[in-house]
Amino acid sequence: MANVLTSVARSAAAPPAARRRRPASLLPRVRRNAAAWAFLIGAVLCFSFFSWYPIVREVIMSFQKPVYGGGYTWAGWSNYIRIFHDPTFWQAWRNTLEFTVLALVLGYAVPFVVAIVLNELRHAQGYLRTLVYLPVMLPPASALLLFVYFYNPQYGLFDDVLHFLHLPVSQWVFQPGTGFVSTAMLSVVIASTWMNMGSATLIYLAALQNIPGELYEAAELEGAGLFRRIRHVTIPQTRLILILLLMLQVVATMQMFIESFVLTNGGGGVGDNTLSVVMLIYQYAFAMSGASNYNSASALGVVLLLVLAVFSGGFLWATRERG
Amino acid sequence: MAATATVSTRARVNQRRETTSTRTLISGVALNRPRGKIIYRVVLTLVIVVFTLVFIGPMYFLFTDALKSTQEVIATPPTLYPHSFDPGNFSTAWSRLDVGRMLWNTAYYAFGALALQLVFDVAAAYSLSKLRPVLGNVVLFLMLATLMIPVTVLVVPQYVTVADMPLFHWNLIGSPEAIWLPSVANAFNIFLLKRFFDSIPADYVDAASVDGASRLMILWRIILPMSRPIIAVVSIFSLVAVWKDFLWPLLVEYGYTPTRETLNVGIWQAQVGVPENLLIAASAMAAVPTIAFFLIFQRNIMAGLTAGGIRG
Repeated sequence: MANVLTSVARSAAAPPAARRRRPASLLPRVRRNAAAWAFLIGAVLCFSFFSWYPIVREVIMSFQKPVYGGGYTWAGWSNYIRIFHDPTFWQAWRNTLEFTVLALVLGYAVPFVVAIVLNELRHAQGYLRTLVYLPVMLPPASALLLFVYFYNPQYGLFDDVLHFLHLPVSQWVFQPGTGFVSTAMLSVVIASTWMNMGSATLIYLAALQNIPGELYEAAELEGAGLFRRIRHVTIPQTRLILILLLMLQVVATMQMFIESFVLTNGGGGVGDNTLSVVMLIYQYAFAMSGASNYNSASALGVVLLLVLAVFSGGFLWATRERG
Repeated sequence: MAATATVSTRARVNQRRETTSTRTLISGVALNRPRGKIIYRVVLTLVIVVFTLVFIGPMYFLFTDALKSTQEVIATPPTLYPHSFDPGNFSTAWSRLDVGRMLWNTAYYAFGALALQLVFDVAAAYSLSKLRPVLGNVVLFLMLATLMIPVTVLVVPQYVTVADMPLFHWNLIGSPEAIWLPSVANAFNIFLLKRFFDSIPADYVDAASVDGASRLMILWRIILPMSRPIIAVVSIFSLVAVWKDFLWPLLVEYGYTPTRETLNVGIWQAQVGVPENLLIAASAMAAVPTIAFFLIFQRNIMAGLTAGGIRG
């Protein structure tokens, strides 16, 4: 047994030439593979059932419709046609884009600026790092419930502050209106940024600490001021991480669900003005009692998947290293 | 233990300060000029005050409003500290919302998922890294490819699959397995673990097998003890992921029967019909375990965020 093992271990590490010289016989090879697959099989089964199969099934289900009495039959493009004719579909996409753009302005720029400032501080850095990351660890429902309470139009803290400053009060999340920057969506973005900015900040901070000090030294000797040093040293040196996080953030914000779901108590705001695409998937599949339809929800899922895939692919292509 | 840990971190930080030239955007020389010193002091104070207000402020209200009476919580203008100091809110909220049960449910799902993930994902990563079976690379590619698929998109077919498992025709809805088993299909775990195992020299494995150690023994006695840092990172992230998850437990547990709800879901559904102060008290109690967890494992969490890879 030990013999087999050593030969296995050696053949795994040996260059191909050595392997060709001494071909392993069939039985040990079968045994070796059987053992290796025994270690692998649990994870492979879980991936098959809960990841690979659902991906295929989503596409299949989007082309099917339920049959009275159970089972499914082919439905062609009818699910897609139906969701494209649903005005809520377009509303949800518009809202999701609004959220994504606002979250980019706030949630993408703010952590980077915060990280740059934190990196310059020689004191209290550990304390500030802990502070920024603390909300990330809260259960999202607790964090968002706090904002439900702050945003409350009758007794919320935010309106009290506005009132104290003699500014017009707001309905926050329940402010009607669907302008491109609606108060309702802005409220969702503020809560979301507070909750989530910690991880991006810490990742930027780590990237900033890896910038060689000599680069700043050289830039300063050449007479570059503070902003030119940021522009010509900090940003190029962290470019890779900036690009990667930009993509991950857009993909994450396009899937916004819990923020709007908790803040509006599952409703999607006044006139659906904070309803997101994933919330609509949820509503199609689970919330419309009686007429719950997994198939149109799957069709919407496929559309979201395609949009995100096209975005990621296009983004990676546009930012690829040239030359 | 805790004391030695802090001492050693501090030592490490100091060491790093000394060894690397800590030149950042602004040079030490500029900061040591009188004007630089004043600006630095002002910025430092400002940052500390603003950050404390923005990040601790809301949490201050989370814990103090929990002590107020119902009338005081909804009073305008708000009181800055509880005038009607009422710690009984916590016990009322605990029994009325059954926070203990929600806490137990969440912990049960999270630690069960962690155990299964550690067993299956570590075994799979070990196999892919050191045993290298036929088609191993295909499997690895297919696993990593799922990182490209956004999770929420798959919620419907996953739900349908869990409700009627193909081949077996089991219905897992309402059972803890509905959370545990899908959590094993975590490509990020596989990626982190395999990358770490790859960095362990083959000589160790060879030497052990010459001595007659079985594959399981090699994993248990050699690979695992060397992989403690990455196991810690994977464990922390998998615990936090289940603890913070919302949509999936809402569908597969709460949707089946409300008594199976997690903390996150329970707090959300208590929004209707529970007085504000009790809701906030329950919310605060729900936040305590994660805050404590964070303060204890802070160093590992931050190391995991930066060294383990990038995941927002």
